[in-house]
Amino acid sequence: MHFEYTIVESDFANAGTASSSIKKTLKQLNIDSYKIKCVVVAVYEAEVNAIAHAYGGTIYVDIDGEKIIVKIADKGPGIPDVALAMQEGYSTASPKVREMGFGAGMGLPNIKNNVDELDIKTQINVGTEITMTVKF
Amino acid sequence: MKIKEIAELVDATFVTGERQADTEVDFGFASDLMSDVLTLKQADRVLLITGLCNIQTIRTAEMANVEAVLFVRNKNVTNEMIEIAEEEGLVLLQCKYSLFRAAGMLYTQGLKSIY
Repeated sequence: MHFEYTIVESDFANAGTASSSIKKTLKQLNIDSYKIKCVVVAVYEAEVNAIAHAYGGTIYVDIDGEKIIVKIADKGPGIPDVALAMQEGYSTASPKVREMGFGAGMGLPNIKNNVDELDIKTQINVGTEITMTVKF
Repeated sequence: MKIKEIAELVDATFVTGERQADTEVDFGFASDLMSDVLTLKQADRVLLITGLCNIQTIRTAEMANVEAVLFVRNKNVTNEMIEIAEEEGLVLLQCKYSLFRAAGMLYTQGLKSIY
């Protein structure tokens, strides 16, 4: 099963629409509700990140009987120091993102805590590709 | 604690989900920081008490499997928020008390904390 969603730069009102759609699909597939929560929390945080920091991108979702793989590829500034970005509390979020209830430097650590595998590829002034896998 | 008991305790009105008034919740979590709410993966049957009133509050509640959201200090819930909440079967409550007072009242009446 394969889906794709488009992320539009600064489209804060639609942050969560992809995660919401993924949640509905996983429910229909009768995936364990705890696993669903892990997947959608991670995808939602990544969606907010891409909308907040990048200039749009695409979410690629692949589901089989054993796992879900979600890749979020954005066109953006890239992450200069991934190790620093993974540290809880480190944030470069704008006031707008903070108004939304995010921007406390918890996004990437939260994603890591919810997935079985996380891979971050990033290139300055090109973009970031985050691939996360959750095993059912 | 039933959602209708929560509503009575803090003088809240139902914005959505009145039909789920008898649904039970066990835990309360008070926060305006949605990333904090998204750490609640071990807990179910949660009431979120918050002063943050926007689409992201609703989406966060949806992703974190929150049963009901109590907005404090008479926050204005928009039609768009109501629409998503109804679609997701999320109960929205509204009260005039502060976050501190609402959380304190519910805690002393037996709603459990998470951390």
